[in-house]
Amino acid sequence: MGFQAYGGNGWLLTKMEQLINWGRSRSPWPLPYGTACCGIEMMAALAAGYDLGRFGAERPSFSPRQADVLIEAGTITKKMVPILKKIYDQMAEPKWVIAMGACACSGGVFRTYSTLQGIDNVIPVDVYVPGCPPRPEGLIYALMKVMEKIENDHPLRKHALDLVEG
Amino acid sequence: MSLKDRVERCLGDYATAFVECRGDLCVEVPVEDVLKVIASLKDELGFDFLSDLFGVDNSVLFEKKAKAAKKKKKAEDEALPGDDVPPPPRFEVNYLLLSLERNERLQVKIRVPEDKPEVDSVTGIWKAATWPEREVYDMYGIKFKGHPDLRRLLMWDEFPAYPLRKDYPLEGQGEERHLSYTTTES
Repeated sequence: MGFQAYGGNGWLLTKMEQLINWGRSRSPWPLPYGTACCGIEMMAALAAGYDLGRFGAERPSFSPRQADVLIEAGTITKKMVPILKKIYDQMAEPKWVIAMGACACSGGVFRTYSTLQGIDNVIPVDVYVPGCPPRPEGLIYALMKVMEKIENDHPLRKHALDLVEG
Repeated sequence: MSLKDRVERCLGDYATAFVECRGDLCVEVPVEDVLKVIASLKDELGFDFLSDLFGVDNSVLFEKKAKAAKKKKKAEDEALPGDDVPPPPRFEVNYLLLSLERNERLQVKIRVPEDKPEVDSVTGIWKAATWPEREVYDMYGIKFKGHPDLRRLLMWDEFPAYPLRKDYPLEGQGEERHLSYTTTES
């Protein structure tokens, strides 16, 4: 974990980056964006039986402003593209995206004029969950992968680079 | 009196053809008379419920039929030249009517030519026809005269084609919808 506790009056010694990553990775508030049958599996994963809240995704945030992880569960039609893009743009940095199900990953069986062939045509995706629909375990595994990604992140280094580049 | 007799008596010369399939009756009427026909079916025969309204593109079906007929003719002999019947109009619009009182169903079919895809709207008789007519307009490009709000229903407004026409490719022609933020500069 990167924490080392020393004796005495509760001193804690760690690195700033590790502290930030620890905080971020343990509170990935999801934005549930269910557009098809995958949404039902996502609801099952969020509800008491599978309880995604165990991993810190305690509060499904229906406002993109206060969400960290966009769970895009379902088919995106081309008519829907501006809405998806707008929601992604409204999320505050840092943000991550899970593409849940075959439709979100690649368009799935809907290889037609009306369906977007994978949401990575429009927004960057961090974790893809295959399946039609994937089981809740799949979504939980995807969330754990996101947490893994967050823990390997270097938030301060990025910030420092921004400062150098001006 | 059977349903067919009653429809025949009610419509008279407007009914150009009857088809019966698995217990359901379909009556074909001319395009320009559709309003009169629907109104009299509603008022006189009690078909008080429009359960559906949809379009059909028959172009591929007609092509196949014409090809098969040509083959057959060639196989038989070269006689009967020049009696090529012009193919029927390309599009259909179907109205599925239901009489709630008598529990009877009737299909009314009109054939719409490709060069003049215009049909009178039945929204004045049934409000329920507004969305189905918009869908038919969206998918086939058939215009409904007198419709209160004839916009696309399923595709976005700027979509350039009519996707359920048989000459439209399944995977589309690369139409995309993009998001553009309008920036107000002060």
